[in-house]
Amino acid sequence: MSSNRPRRLWTLVKKEFIQIRRDRRILPILIIMPVLQLIILGYAVSSDVKHLGTAVCDLDRTPESRAFIDRFTTSDYFDIRYALSDERQIKPLMDAGKVRVGLVIPPRFAAKLASEETVAVQLLLDGTDSNTATVAQGYATQIVNAEATRILVERLGPKAIAPLAVDPSIRVWFNPDLKSVNFMVPGVVALILTIVTMTMTATAIVKEKERGTIEQLIVSPIRPVQIMLGKAIPFVIIGYADILLVVLVGLLWFRVPVAGSFPLLLALSGLFIMTTLGLGLLISTLSQTQQQAMMLGFFANPPFMLLSGFIFPIASMPEPMQYITYLIPLRYFLVIIRGIFLKGVGIEVLWPQALALLGFGVVLLFLSALRFQKRLG
Amino acid sequence: MSSRILPIMKKEFIEVWRDPRSLGFILVMPVMMLFLYGYGISSDVKRVPLVVYDRDGRPPARELVNRFTSTDYFVVTARAESLRDLRSAIDRGQAKVGLVIPEDFSRNLGAGRPAPIQFVVDGSDSNTASIAIGNIASIGKSLETTPQDLRPHALIVPRMDLLLPIELRTWVWYNPELKSANFLIPGLTAVILMMLAALLTSLTVAREWERGTMESLIASPLHPYELMVGKILPYVVIGLVCVVFILLAAVFWFRVPLRGSLVLLTASSTIFLLGALGIGLFISAATKNQQVAFQLPILVTMLPALLLSGFFYPIENMPPILQAITAIIPARYFLVIIRGIFLKGVGLAILWKELLFLGAFALLMLIASSAKFQKRLG
Repeated sequence: MSSNRPRRLWTLVKKEFIQIRRDRRILPILIIMPVLQLIILGYAVSSDVKHLGTAVCDLDRTPESRAFIDRFTTSDYFDIRYALSDERQIKPLMDAGKVRVGLVIPPRFAAKLASEETVAVQLLLDGTDSNTATVAQGYATQIVNAEATRILVERLGPKAIAPLAVDPSIRVWFNPDLKSVNFMVPGVVALILTIVTMTMTATAIVKEKERGTIEQLIVSPIRPVQIMLGKAIPFVIIGYADILLVVLVGLLWFRVPVAGSFPLLLALSGLFIMTTLGLGLLISTLSQTQQQAMMLGFFANPPFMLLSGFIFPIASMPEPMQYITYLIPLRYFLVIIRGIFLKGVGIEVLWPQALALLGFGVVLLFLSALRFQKRLG
Repeated sequence: MSSRILPIMKKEFIEVWRDPRSLGFILVMPVMMLFLYGYGISSDVKRVPLVVYDRDGRPPARELVNRFTSTDYFVVTARAESLRDLRSAIDRGQAKVGLVIPEDFSRNLGAGRPAPIQFVVDGSDSNTASIAIGNIASIGKSLETTPQDLRPHALIVPRMDLLLPIELRTWVWYNPELKSANFLIPGLTAVILMMLAALLTSLTVAREWERGTMESLIASPLHPYELMVGKILPYVVIGLVCVVFILLAAVFWFRVPLRGSLVLLTASSTIFLLGALGIGLFISAATKNQQVAFQLPILVTMLPALLLSGFFYPIENMPPILQAITAIIPARYFLVIIRGIFLKGVGLAILWKELLFLGAFALLMLIASSAKFQKRLG
């Protein structure tokens, strides 16, 4: 019997592959979806704030005020779309979402500057998008300070401004151009692995339940664990194929560097797949219908995306939330995959994460195998 | 006509009702998601972990570190004894920013010379890194001394902009405290609704095909549009219950100010919901396979709603091609509406265009799925 085991398993894997191939729509999804995701994420996700729609209301109308406004125009951060004569016109524009920034130059701007009085320039911000507003405020402050400093130097000579007392120089490691693609591509690899291996495995098993074909498998001499493996292995293979595909597109199209060892990446991906497979199998034992399986999968997916550090940094979350993130396997895998891709670190650094994944994987697989056996028994 | 839609509705309701586990999910999931993400997601980059390699060790150096950590932007998570320590802390992800204070830092400061310090930033998370760099620069600036300052070695210095000839006064409208929750919670509502709706309906037709019950529906004298409307209405009801839950949580728990009209908000949520349900229905009618019917909504709703709608990443920053794509994403328009009503308190006079688009989209989706279904019958 034991000599039959690998053969039986192989037959099951073959059967599953035939089923996947027969469904002409699944394969394109497994191939097109990852590439599409990568392209969307690669291009859409950008943390730069640029070309903000701006309305300017110049109540002074002197060469000085125009020169001041020019500092904003030439900055690349603010796009001046409206030049108004009444500051009350700004509010309706902001209500309609046509501008996000308003700049009001007060009357007597030039005159006050000439008489060495302090001039207050008004900056109006649409705070709806708090992130953009904060950044915009920073840019505006920089521009105004630079201009103010220039005027001060003009008045008092260069000695008016002392050199920086503390002179911070900043060096960026791993991703010197701060390209967000470099951050996103490794994340997408992890995300796609999750979707493919977790939800697809879960639904593939429940499908047999729904169709009633699982009974045929049960009465056959194949053991439950073999059924599980037979169902899971094809999606592991597809998962690996997706890794290769996404990494290739990332390398060749987005030019994301891979600083570390690719074999290590593949090996540790195996550990991660253990956890997602375990989750997928667990979901399959918890669901009677495909709809339930999909909902459970659907429920499990967004936390993976939003609470794993994939987009939002974990360090910025409230503390109780940070503890929850420890329960999400993707959290560890993201550290691993970004570490290998960008930092070029090896197992000597990544072993705690690898160990965590191994632990999760073993527990989840064990749990689901137990439940699976009980269900069938 | 309505007499024929009604039985379909009833049948669909019974089907949902018989599967209490799914119904429970549908009702609980959105609120749970709102809570989970409402708390978890924040666009503020705060408490960035910092590793300090202090080669000076004298009080001014410690004061310098204090200046950086007292702002809540940085938290010291590690102390390094060597450059290698610092490197390894960043490698291991224990810290995202490293600060090296040279041996002669206090001496330079005391002598009135510029005292260089070195920051190392982990650029792998480009977003966090660029914000951290901004924070370093602005904290660094606040340490600047001016000629008026008599104690150049002390780090307590007057703020420079008080002396500058131009002063910038900032007014923030709609969200004066710049709370990211006010921005993200209305957005989350749209994302959750979109995902939920597409998921709800994406399976309803595919399920009939897989079970083989579709043939009996085909044999009945039902018109395709009657079938589609009958199938969608129960989910509109369920979806509206979720909308109410979500809105209640947003207003009373997360205290997002609701400045506009509740009626308009409910009405536009309904229209948005119809369109989102329509997407699911269309996918379901277009595919006979539940597995595909499940994967496709993720692709066509979740990712675009999350990433291309302006939920978090401003549309203005995207490349033009992608911006053009966002024009056909309903969540984009709903986000303008929901944020407009919540935060800006604007009404139909401003939002009619977005609303019109959502209405047209919903209609189109329903017509398209009926048409798709019709072709299948023939």
